Amino acid sequence: MTARIGVVTFPGSLDDRDAARAVRIAGAEAVSLWHDDPSLHGVDAVVLPGGFSYGDYLRCGAIARFAPVMETIAAGARDGLPVLGICNGFQILCEAHLLPGALTRNAHLHFRNRDQWLRIESVGTAWTNTYQPGQEILIPVKNGEGRYVADQRTLDELEATGRIVARYVHGNPNGSQRDIAGITNEAGNVVGLMPHPEHAVEALTGPSLDGLGFFTSILKHLVGAPV
Amino acid sequence: MPRVVVDVMLKPEILDPQGQAVANALPRLGVTDVSSVRIGRRIEIEFSGQPDLDRAREIADKLLANPVIEDYSVRLADAEESPA
Amino acid sequence: MTEWSRATVRPGLGLAAPSETPVNVPDTVAHAAVTPGELQPYAELGLRDDEYERIRQVLGRRPTQSELAMYSIMWSEHCSYKSSKVHLRQFAEKAPRSSRLLAGIGENAGVVQVSDRLAVTFKVESHNHPSFVEPHQGAATGVGGIVRDILAMGARPVAVMDSLRFGAADHPDTARVLPGVVAGIGTYGNCLGLPNIGGEVVFDPCYQGNPLVNALCLGVLPVDRLQNKAAAGPGNVVVLLGAKTGRDGIGGVSVLASATFDDTSAQRRPSVQVGDPFMEKLLVEACLEMYDAQLVVGIQDLGGAGLTCALTETAAAAGTGMRVWLERVPLREPSMEPHEILASESQERMLLIVAPDKLDAVMKTAEKWGVPASAIGEVTGPEAGAAAGRLVITWYGHTVVDVPPGSLVDDGPVYARPMREPADLILLQADRAETLARPATPEALRETVLRMIASPNLCDRTWITEQYDRYVLGNTVLAQPEDAGVVRIDEETGLGVAISVDGNGRYTRLDPYHGAKLALAEAYRNVAVTGARPVAVTDCLNFGSPEDPAVMWQFAEAVRGLADGCAELGIPVTGGNVSFYNQTGAAAIHPTPVVGVLGVLDDVTQRVPMGFARTTGADHDLIFLLGETRVELSGSEWAWVVHGHLGGVPPRVDLAAERALAELIADAARVGHLRSAHDLSDGGLAQALVESILRYGVGARIALPEGFTTGSMPFVFLFSESAARALVTVPRGHEKAFTALCVERGVPWTLIGVTDAAGGVLEVRGQFTIGLDELRAAYRGTLPALFDTTTPPSVAPAP
Repeated sequence: MTARIGVVTFPGSLDDRDAARAVRIAGAEAVSLWHDDPSLHGVDAVVLPGGFSYGDYLRCGAIARFAPVMETIAAGARDGLPVLGICNGFQILCEAHLLPGALTRNAHLHFRNRDQWLRIESVGTAWTNTYQPGQEILIPVKNGEGRYVADQRTLDELEATGRIVARYVHGNPNGSQRDIAGITNEAGNVVGLMPHPEHAVEALTGPSLDGLGFFTSILKHLVGAPV
Repeated sequence: MPRVVVDVMLKPEILDPQGQAVANALPRLGVTDVSSVRIGRRIEIEFSGQPDLDRAREIADKLLANPVIEDYSVRLADAEESPA
Repeated sequence: MTEWSRATVRPGLGLAAPSETPVNVPDTVAHAAVTPGELQPYAELGLRDDEYERIRQVLGRRPTQSELAMYSIMWSEHCSYKSSKVHLRQFAEKAPRSSRLLAGIGENAGVVQVSDRLAVTFKVESHNHPSFVEPHQGAATGVGGIVRDILAMGARPVAVMDSLRFGAADHPDTARVLPGVVAGIGTYGNCLGLPNIGGEVVFDPCYQGNPLVNALCLGVLPVDRLQNKAAAGPGNVVVLLGAKTGRDGIGGVSVLASATFDDTSAQRRPSVQVGDPFMEKLLVEACLEMYDAQLVVGIQDLGGAGLTCALTETAAAAGTGMRVWLERVPLREPSMEPHEILASESQERMLLIVAPDKLDAVMKTAEKWGVPASAIGEVTGPEAGAAAGRLVITWYGHTVVDVPPGSLVDDGPVYARPMREPADLILLQADRAETLARPATPEALRETVLRMIASPNLCDRTWITEQYDRYVLGNTVLAQPEDAGVVRIDEETGLGVAISVDGNGRYTRLDPYHGAKLALAEAYRNVAVTGARPVAVTDCLNFGSPEDPAVMWQFAEAVRGLADGCAELGIPVTGGNVSFYNQTGAAAIHPTPVVGVLGVLDDVTQRVPMGFARTTGADHDLIFLLGETRVELSGSEWAWVVHGHLGGVPPRVDLAAERALAELIADAARVGHLRSAHDLSDGGLAQALVESILRYGVGARIALPEGFTTGSMPFVFLFSESAARALVTVPRGHEKAFTALCVERGVPWTLIGVTDAAGGVLEVRGQFTIGLDELRAAYRGTLPALFDTTTPPSVAPAP
């Protein structure tokens, strides 16, 4: 049976078609979910894609967290539903308190789009289990507010419990604390990642194929997951 | 040290997409009696000597506000507005 | 905007009883009919005496205040093309026949069929003056405007690029304008979800006070989704979709865009419009959904001339009339008056013509996407015996407009303005750069290479392009710093398009006819080196005041050159834009036609990148220079950077050679002969070599060919800007077949060296060796040093 992965479209979502393409390339079925529809239509996992939901005018993700679909996703996430938030999706997960900390304006104050090296720090999550520990991957980063911040205690706890999923290496593009590019929740089913793995799944359009692992990981996770 | 507070707001006739987005989100929280939201910036300035309102106005005019689309006001901080 | 004395309504004039009395009773048609002598500020609105007289003749009375605003907008240079029309005709007259062209000049954008199923539409447009006044919002709304033009054709916008020109790189005002423009383009395009795939950034003191911001958008549509702007079908409903109408840009078109900058520019500031890319994104999705459900009869974007232009153009295109209830337009500011509503340039709005039975579905789609929509009027037929309908607009029961729409759109003034070759041109052309002192020693040549690649016009653009999202939509195949942007437009078949936008003000200043052809040739070549076949052209013609005969001569010559060039290359101009009055006082900018060329790649996986490829081990590719190198230094980047010199005549144009080069590269790419291809233009071979080397960090060893080894000839070889040339690399084993193809196509070729992945240097035998680190440091440092520290905090309302 093909896994069904939902991709949410909020008003202002931009990378939703790209996330759906990555899901398909990984071999799963992509299911469009609409912000205003609380139903998840029986999907096995959810991707919150990049973009500028609701214009990101107040704070990134601040308004999206109140969308009807987010209530269902938040409840599901607490029960183990795998959720990957990419860029704006990561911001929404933080605003919705499914992940700790916040994404703030880049230290250099500019939007920055570049091909970025990451080191995968945790392979125990639903979204990173096909990577090697310490593997370095090259995927695009593109954001204006991607600088991860949290209080010292939270940062220490993330470190201590292996919940830092990926770190920037060979240069930090936005001033993130402790070079954090992505984190996970305690259970490892919810992952937030600032760079864009869905833009590194085809040789023609991406800097590498390194992003595909996030989408093959969820398939591997779902096969092994209890029904 | 007394501080000068500069409030920068978009001119009334200028579109404020940020305020509009917040206003549109409020019904979702059950708030239905708000007709308009406009968002600005508050800037606090501390001078090394006495607070200088004229100087602050000059700073606001040249840098803090974009006179093309924004208005600003300058005042001394009230005594109870202690720094956070 | 000039303050108008408000029309006072005297009792007993027999005005229709208003349904609901507004605060101020406007100047009505009935009132205008009985007050023929009332003085009107037509001159302040930019209308000449004879133009105002024409309006009175057309209407048989004086215009109302609202009508006067409408005529002043529609008959402005910006909307009517009154000075350029007589010249622009050549684009149609000389155009090569093309069965691909589904829509051409006169539409919102040209549409070119690229497969059985798909068409693409593209256009470049200026937003120069607004970007000087308020760089961030001016540039942002420039992007928004061109995107709506593309949307109006039925296309999904899929990419943007921009051609930017600023004053001297180290001028303090450039530090204000450039970061604002870049942030504005970035914020709007990024938030709208359109990849920015290329463009150009040029610095020259002539653009001080007159920066050029030309934005290009590319869209894709199924052939059968093509939309048009005709308000056909009396009884159909006129729907205004999108943002509420505010006082944005009131008078912006007629006053701001058509007037020369002077000391009063600061006072014009409040008419700058503010963009909301989030609303634009919703508008795009809502419109596309309506097209697919076939809910729309006609559609037009609201651009520079707002509702005035949209209402009159849609009605005129169909020969119909319209009845509009202006109080139904949703306002951001309730106190707005009819003429302000009609002139408002509020962004993110579209005008839809909808059959009554589809209105509900249109409203539902708008609601789904959270976009305000209002039925504001109805299409009407001509009265019995009349050829065309009338546009009648009421405001709370008062008739404020009653005009034949065609009189605003098609019957505007047309001028054949006086032209005269600039008096200084003969002297300028005689002052040739070929006579300047050239570096003649290896040390001097090495130093020149490093100095040139660090100069503002040749240095690395990453500091700017990193602020743009190039990846969104997942179809970007090539983007800056590549010669052209390439996007995949059909994931099933692998069909792709390439696009490049180029101009050269210095060449055009020296010779407008050939300068325009050179701009065309460069854009054409940039598209060709990706392996694409060029098929169509768009242009943005940036000039000084048309009232100056010397400027008008430059314009006429440039248009003639471009039209002739397109005919020679066999690709038509499909649309574009003219921007006059780019001057401060008596000083005009260099005449700057900016040309966009679109090409097609049937299989986008065969695209050719510009960088030397990383090879394994000791393996290397062969480097060929295609085309002929002559001693052509006039107008060159070297003459400008090293000598501050502009004079002589620009490089020779040979469009037959350009065509042969393009066909050679397309053929060679198809059979796998090419590992990389890079166009030669500003900065010549030296610049192309450095760019190809630094792209992937692969060095090169070059041997100077015969005739270029002694004296200053090595310098000429590296820095001449002869046209119709390209730098290509060919994998070992392909060289015989490749050179045979060159011979067959009649393209001169020279084997000049090999790539060297391991060596890490640029070596020119017998001259110099420069390490990649040294090249990189020189190439990359300039823009960050100029703009990173001086960037002021964002002044945008929405960071």
